[in-house]
Amino acid sequence: MKESIKRALQSFMVFLNQGKTPYFVCIGLIVLGTILVYFSPRSIPAFLLFVFSASSIYWLKLNRAARLALAVIFAVVLVPILGARNVFYLEVIFQIAVFSALALGLNIVVGFSGLLNFGYMAFYAVGAYLWAFFGSQQPNLLHSTVTTKALNTPFFLAPDWFYLFVFLGVIVAAILGLILGLPVLRVRGDYLAIITLAFGEIVRQLANNLDKPLNFTNGPQGITPIQRPTMPEGVLHFLNTIVKPIVGHPVTINQAYNILFYFIALCVVVAVIVVTYRLDDSKVGRAWTAIREDELSAGAMGINANKLKLGAFAVGASFAGAMGVLFAASRTFVSPETFTFLQSVGVLTMVILGGIGSITGVIVGATLVTLLNIQVLQSFSLYLSQLRQSDASILGFHWSHLSNQLDPTKYQRLIFGILLVVMMIYRPTGLLPAARRKRELDHAPEDGDLAEKGAERV
Amino acid sequence: MRKFMGSVDLRQIYTPIGQMAIFVAGAGALCSVIMIILALLCRGSGADQVLQATQGVGIFEYTVNNLPQVLIDGMTIGFVYAAIALGYTMVYGVLQFINFAHSEIFAIGAFCGVESLIALDGAGILAKAGTISSFGYLGLALLIGMAAAGGMAVLVERIAYRPLRNSPTLVALISAIGVSFALQDVIRLTESLTTGQFYRVIPTFGNFDDRIGLFHIGSRMIDIQVKSVVVIIAAVAMLVALNYLVKATKVGKAIRAVAQDKNTAALMGIGVNAIISLTFLVGGSLGGAAGVMYALKFTRIDPFVGFMPGIKAFAAAVLGGIGNLTGALLGGMVLGMIESFAGAYLGTYTMGAFGAEYKDMVAFLILILVIIFRPNGLLGEQVAQKA
Repeated sequence: MKESIKRALQSFMVFLNQGKTPYFVCIGLIVLGTILVYFSPRSIPAFLLFVFSASSIYWLKLNRAARLALAVIFAVVLVPILGARNVFYLEVIFQIAVFSALALGLNIVVGFSGLLNFGYMAFYAVGAYLWAFFGSQQPNLLHSTVTTKALNTPFFLAPDWFYLFVFLGVIVAAILGLILGLPVLRVRGDYLAIITLAFGEIVRQLANNLDKPLNFTNGPQGITPIQRPTMPEGVLHFLNTIVKPIVGHPVTINQAYNILFYFIALCVVVAVIVVTYRLDDSKVGRAWTAIREDELSAGAMGINANKLKLGAFAVGASFAGAMGVLFAASRTFVSPETFTFLQSVGVLTMVILGGIGSITGVIVGATLVTLLNIQVLQSFSLYLSQLRQSDASILGFHWSHLSNQLDPTKYQRLIFGILLVVMMIYRPTGLLPAARRKRELDHAPEDGDLAEKGAERV
Repeated sequence: MRKFMGSVDLRQIYTPIGQMAIFVAGAGALCSVIMIILALLCRGSGADQVLQATQGVGIFEYTVNNLPQVLIDGMTIGFVYAAIALGYTMVYGVLQFINFAHSEIFAIGAFCGVESLIALDGAGILAKAGTISSFGYLGLALLIGMAAAGGMAVLVERIAYRPLRNSPTLVALISAIGVSFALQDVIRLTESLTTGQFYRVIPTFGNFDDRIGLFHIGSRMIDIQVKSVVVIIAAVAMLVALNYLVKATKVGKAIRAVAQDKNTAALMGIGVNAIISLTFLVGGSLGGAAGVMYALKFTRIDPFVGFMPGIKAFAAAVLGGIGNLTGALLGGMVLGMIESFAGAYLGTYTMGAFGAEYKDMVAFLILILVIIFRPNGLLGEQVAQKA
């Protein structure tokens, strides 16, 4: 049964990839997705199809130029325009971009060099708080508390420092990665995982408690408002003259900002993907793999494991740092709530679901989990609350009696948890395994533990 | 009866009690001495002046006056940590695996115990209970919590860990984290669907909130809550029982054999899977009992209640030397004391700049430092690290 499905799929793929067919299929899918989203902006299946059509650029057999052209058209033209029509989609795609970058960063640490990191959100937090502190009034409020905040406190820096801080975020997070990386030199395996967890918690608690003696982080209330970079000249005008007829309504300044942040996130993600690909294929990437597989042998081959492990932590952290700065600016608000252990595990779930060590897999994982989190679950919650308000009853059960607590958006932990366990048991390599790992697992010798066999007989 | 008593190895009962006494006294004395030296050093400092101005006592008197209460608190919380830490350490000893879901096993124990007390309260039984019968009901809640937590631990092992037993450590660890998260929401879902609230408060009954006066220092009465006494006695009893089980019975011998070498133990006719399940059962029920005690001491529990005590107990297990039962006791006690001291004095000594909210961070710092500088813990044997 499984075999025949596999064979049918394969022959279908061969059929799709003959001659000019893939070009038609790909363009057809994208056009279909665009039209559906354009004419029914609230429909979720339409949006999912739209996202899926983007993936077809990757898995259909197109030539390089066509692939690039389609990807650019999709990302630079279609998404912003449809996003301006319904800003929520832009938000979803922005989140996908943020989490893809985070997951790719974590993938370098966990996937490439095999160091489990449960405190990854700490680096994101450091990036976010970096701009949150310098890009708000906070430096001028060091001696005041939440209640004594003066109303007309000036901002500390001009908004356009933001662009510099994206790079500063990279550097600061990388340095922090090095500091956290130092214990790595002594610790391995599960102890390392626990150390990173403790580190992540320490950073969060610092963010939570550093409102005294000097008010750095404003405590649990978080910092707000945080400045956004100034809108470039003429963008709003351009949007309101050329895009307005297509979108059908004037574009507000907030929507323009959404589009701006989408483009910045896109740049960061593209940079991150390029860096990751280059690293994976480089000497460094292979050395990471060697360390992951067998540190002792890697050392014997002349690889400086300590240096490379530190490097992995620094590179992974730097992606998160950049995204943190971006996140702080786009939300204009940060609080310690965002950087919990739950979020670290969420990013880990993306990496594991997609496929540890596989770049495409990780992006797919980030997309799926984000969609699940902020689209599917949310609409399901909405549906349930509508049912609750209606008077319908099924099999004698009145929906209005359904508890308010049954809100699927609140049960991320359950979903992450079950996903992690199921993936670990049935598919530890993820949905789209990295080629190298897949090869290894396919040829893994099948010698069960002696104790296992003995125990089953006893 | 005599024959039975004759076969009991009494040394295995005296020794752990003696050890516990030494650990409590040692950790307490060490922390006290450090604190008193600090207090002497800080005389005349800003903190001293602030205290003189606000409370009319110098920093030295302040420290010494509060010391007995801080020690008692530290001891109580230390025993709770020790009971949880034993669950981590037993599983680690047998499987070399961090059972991350142990903190949720703890929470399940707490919820089942508290729910059974709430049920008794709802039936009006608790209100009528006298002193002795209220102890009986508490014991019942403790047993229910232990049974539920132990059963859940075995179930979790069967579903999420056994299929992964021959996988790399990290795979099993990720699975354990998954279980931990899923269980948090399962608790929350069941609790909130029944009443709409996902936290629970233990009903007040019996005389557990009363304070027993111990002795006077000047005009101050040093006292201890009845529930702290209950927690300490229950914890000591369980720790002794566990120690006896592992060190002096045939089953305990099998557990130790499996911990040492699974293959050879299997060849000797030991059912390895059964022993591993038993380990989870024992560790889980200890965690469950600790959960009920925690609920008794802190009264309010929510589905995420396990995370902090869990991570601290893990720190305690590592501090004492993971895999080592005595070490878990020592680690729990040291951590409980340090936390209690940090909570009581940090705010005063830094003049409010760093308050008691940093006491959680102290546990994390200890965890990091111990793992980096002494990964085998205070009592751990030299073991090769597994990648």
